[in-house]
Amino acid sequence: MSRPEDTLPPDLFYNDTESYKYTTSSRIKSIQSSMTQRALQLLALTSPSMVLDIGCGSGLSGEHLSSSGHIWVGMDISASMLAIALDRDTDGDLLLADMGQGVPFRPGTFDAAISISALQWLCNADSSEVSATGRLSRFFDGLYSSLKRGGKAVLQFYPKNDVQRTMITSAAVKAGFGAGLLEDDPETKNKKLYLVLTVGAGRGEVVGGAVAGRDVTDVVKGMEGVDVIDERRKGKNGKGKEIKGSKSWILRKKEQGRNKGRAVKGDSKYTGRKRRPVF
Amino acid sequence: MKILTSNYITCAVKACKSSTLSFPLHFQDAELVQEEVDFNAEFIVGILPRIEWDALIVTAAELGFTNLPAQKPEPTEEAPLGEQVLKDLHKLLLETQVTEGKLVCGNCQHIYNIHQGIANFLLPNHLV
Repeated sequence: MSRPEDTLPPDLFYNDTESYKYTTSSRIKSIQSSMTQRALQLLALTSPSMVLDIGCGSGLSGEHLSSSGHIWVGMDISASMLAIALDRDTDGDLLLADMGQGVPFRPGTFDAAISISALQWLCNADSSEVSATGRLSRFFDGLYSSLKRGGKAVLQFYPKNDVQRTMITSAAVKAGFGAGLLEDDPETKNKKLYLVLTVGAGRGEVVGGAVAGRDVTDVVKGMEGVDVIDERRKGKNGKGKEIKGSKSWILRKKEQGRNKGRAVKGDSKYTGRKRRPVF
Repeated sequence: MKILTSNYITCAVKACKSSTLSFPLHFQDAELVQEEVDFNAEFIVGILPRIEWDALIVTAAELGFTNLPAQKPEPTEEAPLGEQVLKDLHKLLLETQVTEGKLVCGNCQHIYNIHQGIANFLLPNHLV
């Protein structure tokens, strides 16, 4: 399937015809609604809340927010999409705004934020005046400050490749979020990636009567069919941070040599061992 | 646009981030409409601590509502807010909506147009 991000900027791509196609397609509708349900489940809001919907489009995800009793504010860059949202009589407040220009709200206002299939658009810079990293950091900085402490954001997105995936998550972490990725149906064509972000609130801190989880591992705790792969506890010399001259580095280099067919001494318990000063 | 949202929104221009004048944005030539929204007491109670009351008074006065109390109604342990107070707040914050008009920043005078209830917050690149 071709990627719409690669063809045109979002405000031009979602013109009247595309917006109409998008909103009336029963396939897109059902995917969107199942993803919104999943996101709501991840947000685990206990009381009626104020929710920000980023890239709300024609309000497909907003419908579910309204039916769960939440009040929402949606922002989208496509005027045609918002026009359809008006026709569909959505309950939320709509803003015509570009998420890459920041999130124009007073600090600490929203209980939660949700975004369905929008974030990947941030990875494209559509004019020479802006850069993708700049847009990403403005967005996440703005989102971080507009959420209240202990607030949560669940952002579903379709990264084109691993570069985009890392770009988005690292921008979120840089803004100060506690971040985690949840992957539904991994290794299939239908895989869905959810970026779960939390603001502040240490482990077990009580926020608004509910115990706020610290990160995604706490969020998914107790959910069925979720495997936690924790990349943080891989030891000091995890991926990319291998120290030159360390044991793992030596072993890797020796393996490389062996693969190239060079004569390499065998490994033993002394391989890569520190030489203590002679007594 | 709901009055509640206008209590949340600030000027999007970068230079206004540090200015206290950029919040609240001021309504001009506003056309109002009342739209019924389901009353939810829990939501109002939850949202109340995060409402900037002084800004709300300014906004409400611009739209012609001058009957707000000068102090934010604070619920206490012994005396939770009465149903009527919450209903009044609900009516002002959620049911009163601005359909047409302008929002003007007090600092940079940037005008955000509101058309059919949707405010246009797109900025030219040099202001971001």
